[in-house]
Amino acid sequence: MVAETQKNLEKVFEKQRKFCKVNEIVEKYKYQKQNLIAILQEVQGEYRYLPEEIMTYIATIMSISPASVYGVATFYSQFSLDPKGKYEVKVCDGTACHVRGSMPVYKAIKEKLKLKDGKFTTEDLQFSVETVRCLGACALAPVVVINNKVYSKVTPEAVKIILDKLLERSGEGDKAND
Amino acid sequence: MTNTVKADIKKEFERASEYVKKTGARVLICSGTGCVANGALDIYDKFLQLGADVKLKGEKHVTAIKTGCHGFCEQGVFVAIPDLKLTYVRVKPEDVAEIIEKTLKNAEVIDRLLFVDPKTNKTIQNPQEIDFYKYQTKKALFNCGQINPENIDEYIAARGYEAIDKVIKEFTPEQVCNEVEQSGLRGRGGGGFPTGKKWNFVRMNKADQKYVICNADEGDPGAFMDCGLMEGDPHRLIEGMIIAAYAVESSLGYIYVRAEYPLAVKRLKIAIQQAEERGFLGDNIFGTDFSFRIKIKEGAGAFVCGEETALIASIEGDRGMPMPKPPFPANEGLFGKPTLINNVETYANITMIILNNAEQYKKYGTGGSPGTKTFSITGEINNSGLIEVPLGTTLKEIVYDIGGGIRNNKKFKAVQIGGPSGGCLTEQHLDLALDYESLKSVGAMVGSGGLVVMNEDTCIVEVARFFLEFTQSESCGKCIPCREGTKQMLHILEKIVAGKAELKDLKLLEELAEVVQLGSLCGLGKTAPNPVLSTLKYFKDEYLAHIVDKRCPAGVCEAFKTIKIDPALCKGCTKCSKVCPVSAISGKIKETFVIDQEKCIKCGACLTSCPFDAIKEEN
Repeated sequence: MVAETQKNLEKVFEKQRKFCKVNEIVEKYKYQKQNLIAILQEVQGEYRYLPEEIMTYIATIMSISPASVYGVATFYSQFSLDPKGKYEVKVCDGTACHVRGSMPVYKAIKEKLKLKDGKFTTEDLQFSVETVRCLGACALAPVVVINNKVYSKVTPEAVKIILDKLLERSGEGDKAND
Repeated sequence: MTNTVKADIKKEFERASEYVKKTGARVLICSGTGCVANGALDIYDKFLQLGADVKLKGEKHVTAIKTGCHGFCEQGVFVAIPDLKLTYVRVKPEDVAEIIEKTLKNAEVIDRLLFVDPKTNKTIQNPQEIDFYKYQTKKALFNCGQINPENIDEYIAARGYEAIDKVIKEFTPEQVCNEVEQSGLRGRGGGGFPTGKKWNFVRMNKADQKYVICNADEGDPGAFMDCGLMEGDPHRLIEGMIIAAYAVESSLGYIYVRAEYPLAVKRLKIAIQQAEERGFLGDNIFGTDFSFRIKIKEGAGAFVCGEETALIASIEGDRGMPMPKPPFPANEGLFGKPTLINNVETYANITMIILNNAEQYKKYGTGGSPGTKTFSITGEINNSGLIEVPLGTTLKEIVYDIGGGIRNNKKFKAVQIGGPSGGCLTEQHLDLALDYESLKSVGAMVGSGGLVVMNEDTCIVEVARFFLEFTQSESCGKCIPCREGTKQMLHILEKIVAGKAELKDLKLLEELAEVVQLGSLCGLGKTAPNPVLSTLKYFKDEYLAHIVDKRCPAGVCEAFKTIKIDPALCKGCTKCSKVCPVSAISGKIKETFVIDQEKCIKCGACLTSCPFDAIKEEN
């Protein structure tokens, strides 16, 4: 019984800790509506996505409607309402990359990570894949960015080798955590 | 709060020049987004590590410097040593030790690292002799690749912040606006509206607060000129904005940058901080009543925010949806106050106009479109990168002289100019002088300046579909012609590339295009049909081939591919039938197998499985 209460309490504490960071961020931007995008960007940087409860919380402390927070979060493509992977794989699909074959690369990645249509994050939350708009490195097309590291002139074969290396590394990491 | 530092530009210039002199022989390492991806930072670190006290030919002190984009991204990483009139291309971190030993200590040239002219197969040492640079006129990009963008002294030594000093001491706000108007400078963001006129509108509106905004939301896929400018010479943009603020009497400015350009954001932040420290930004600039500050706003990924009213909504923290005009931002803009919005390159042109004068500026370009323009050339071209040429340069000069022609000796097919809002230019336009009017007359536009080159292997219908998919998904959804119209247009184009369209669909597509063009609220919708209309104009036969003949002339569209087994080569090994995910391949062992075309989904799994190369793809 005591153990259970302890556990519940810990859960509450954890939640408070979670919101603590949000408080800091909103405070930093002085609760101003015009800074909402920057606030959401920082919150997403913290949690890797925008959890619904946090969006409602932000709306409450900023005294704006949850709909306006949700509206902004869904308008801009940078925001994600679903959890993203530890490795965020971004395939550039700007014109230059598209003309030089970004789609075969994208397909190869989804195949390699066994992501069927409509799924963009692996079940173990290690990888998420998305196409992005032009990254401004068109001379290196096609470009793939994984956690801010840019890979240039990528082919379907090359991307499989890159992913293999990361898979190895993430496997090792998990073992270390155990 | 007043400025403790009262900037004196003459003293600053002397001090900065002294500083730059002390850097001695400069080793310029390109650190634009492209070269960083190719390992430029490792090369820089290696230089610091190995070359701390190297002296050029035993005399001059050597300093390694990270610069902005040199433009020729295809050949990155660039390492230039101006003292020796020498540029190395495709440098790797492991080459650094050799460069120090041979080139810097003994003035020996390493042939292996020189640029090889694809036409003559000879190596070229001096970058000015490389075709890619020879035919360019660098004005706005003059400092890019020559100075360290993270050091304000390097900018000051290149006559930086002299223009704002001159403006404050010699010009009234009205005179600044008039000088800009006389130069004939037109907005470089796409529309081409006369900049000086815009400034005068904002200046004449009296208000307690006015804003100056820099639109750095360079969303066109395939364009990265503004990115190169911000990364390579951020102070030039900031100085241009300060002059604009003085001219329209504003005290607060915003730079709205795309979130996809983290390096540009970082360098702008550094530049703003340095300018504040020196007293070029802040309160009482140069000891006058004029005060101006700049804030950076990062976008969050929405193409429509390049539209000025949508951009304003985004800065206010809302969904980036456009508003009907009028009221124009010059009257009621950010937070309802008069607002000046210009593009990055427009601001970058201002210092040139002020330092020389309007007449000098007009020496480049054409009568209606004076000055130079940056373009990014990419796609199926030999030399892709960032370039700057006078307006009025022909397409041929850009594609063949600077761009070095089409990759792999393929045939030129078309150039898409101005991204998803622009149109395509074909062989018949090679002699067309690129300026605002001539492009408009052929149904294209300068846009921001992205040039994507396509060859005979590019399917033009697929490209049109790609652009429409882009604008459709970026439509903000506010007005119906754009939201629903682009969706239906995309649907028809998808039918065409899937081989399921009929002739009447083509007519419907044209009608829809007209509706979207006329009925949409903002620039995004108004220009969304452009790629479709211009490709329909010049490549109607390709559309017809897809619809009537059910084939894709470029061999790109998967729907028209058939996979066949060559009976002469097939040994009946059964391998292909085993890998086929839809059981479309059948036959008896040791006899010829056949593919059921009805069932086949063209996944290509059988192609790689055949040990006898008997399975082939046909168009």
